[in-house]
Amino acid sequence: MTTVDAANPLEAQIDQWRSYLGRRRAIHPTDVEELEDHLRGQIATLMEGGLSQDEAFLVAVKRLGAQDVIAAEFAREHSERLWKQLIVAPEAADAAGGEGRREMLVVFALAAAAGLTFKLPALFGLGMTGANEGFYARNISLFVLPLLAGYFVWKRAAGADSWRWLAVAFAAAAIVANVFPFAKGSDTEALLALHLPIALWLVVGVAYVGGRWRDGAARMNFVRFSGEFFIYFVLIALGGAVLVAFTMGMFEAIGIDAEPVLEGWLPSAALGAVIVASWLVEAKQSVIENMAPVLTRLFSPLFTATLFVFLATMAWTGRGIDIQREVLIGFDLLLVLVLGLLLYSISARDPHTPRGAFDFVLVALVVSALVADGVALAAIAARITEYGSTPNRLAALGMNIVLLGNLAWSAWLYLRFLRGRGAFAAVERWQTAYLPVYGAWAAIVAVGFPLLFGYR
Amino acid sequence: MDIGKDLVAASATPLVLAIVAEADTYGYAILKRVGELSGGRLQWTDGMLYPVLHRLERQGHIEGYWGSSDTGRRRKYYRITERGLAELKEQRAQWQAVDAALRSIWHAASLPGGWAPLGSLSPG
Repeated sequence: MTTVDAANPLEAQIDQWRSYLGRRRAIHPTDVEELEDHLRGQIATLMEGGLSQDEAFLVAVKRLGAQDVIAAEFAREHSERLWKQLIVAPEAADAAGGEGRREMLVVFALAAAAGLTFKLPALFGLGMTGANEGFYARNISLFVLPLLAGYFVWKRAAGADSWRWLAVAFAAAAIVANVFPFAKGSDTEALLALHLPIALWLVVGVAYVGGRWRDGAARMNFVRFSGEFFIYFVLIALGGAVLVAFTMGMFEAIGIDAEPVLEGWLPSAALGAVIVASWLVEAKQSVIENMAPVLTRLFSPLFTATLFVFLATMAWTGRGIDIQREVLIGFDLLLVLVLGLLLYSISARDPHTPRGAFDFVLVALVVSALVADGVALAAIAARITEYGSTPNRLAALGMNIVLLGNLAWSAWLYLRFLRGRGAFAAVERWQTAYLPVYGAWAAIVAVGFPLLFGYR
Repeated sequence: MDIGKDLVAASATPLVLAIVAEADTYGYAILKRVGELSGGRLQWTDGMLYPVLHRLERQGHIEGYWGSSDTGRRRKYYRITERGLAELKEQRAQWQAVDAALRSIWHAASLPGGWAPLGSLSPG
């Protein structure tokens, strides 16, 4: 096209006009085409009347009306277009020459594969019964995450190298999960079931970034993806819950108990939903406002206020933290939450904007969480030295330290930024550089702890 | 003489319907036809025609289809539907009623030279 444009300034002008108009959301490509036909007709008439090409173009554009006004008029007639639809728009699929549709097929095939794979062990005598609970708990992530990684490898068209490394990682995980001779219902087995998905999620992350895993920006994209994925997954789960409730209710009305069948297929559906949610995030990343940062904005101030009130009450009344079994886990979750709020605020922040009120809120949030956690940690450390360590306590403590380390250094970097001594990019770099630490710790707990504690 | 915005907007529907009813046609040709019919006194902002066409299409009064122009470019043509013809008839009756009412008052007031009395209100 460019050669034509160079030869014909009118074509170049029309091209430019078309691309400006095409950016309006209320005006679809077919409308642009229709308006272009009009513009060309008008230009032709004007040139017959003796105007030069340039003049004719200017007059024709002027007669067509200001783009703002046209767009507003189109928006009034097609108000639905201002609401981007969650279903992949057909024209988007057309524009990609069937690429979008092909991807959709791949995704649904993978989702079905994940659901059916989950049913395979039952064919080999490992039914979903209480006796095999441990097997399913340990392997649940292995039913779907390799397929998800495969999807990203396919999508990013990564080389054979990444295939191999990912296959090795997943194979190693599968071996570890199934050859360790766990005692039935042991703590280390439960820890493996909890931590293996975390470690493998980061392996999926390697596939997601398509080999650019050293790149901070790519890692941040994976963080964004994870947050949006979580939101989509929750939404799909909510829809699924409604569907299940209706199915059960309707079959109950005709005296049939649908629960056993539904129960058998529910995990399969959830695994398929993992793939579908990932695809939706991928397909929608440029279309829909990211939700994670929005929620972050809403809840950061609220959590900060809660933490401050909590700390003030504790200081005022002189009450210590009552050390229960769950307290450490509770504080782990608090740190995860604060870290999430921090992470998604960072992911949505333009590194070049100057510091604002929200930055102070975030620092206050992180510092108050650190103080609260410090108090709890001191109490728990005393208890561990007193009663000795169990796998659970050690895992919770280690996770607390991993998170504490991140948040403490984040707070320091953030404070430097607020005092104008450092760039915001340093905070972002620190977060992305820290990601492998979570994976490493999860892998240590999943693989190291059973060995260390003799599978108890 | 410029015709007011509201009047232009109100007359757009019957005009477009009637022009499409004459023969299948496309946006720019409709606009040219409006210019011919009104002797150039009915001035539309060109871009405003298309939302009107799309509204009529959504309401089922006209149907759009893609054809090609003489130069081979893709061009969207419109044809009138059964509902469109019915709507045109209805519109026509309404406008004739308005027209008849206006004619009567012009006649009854028998204002010489159109708006002369208004002019005489402001001496000088």
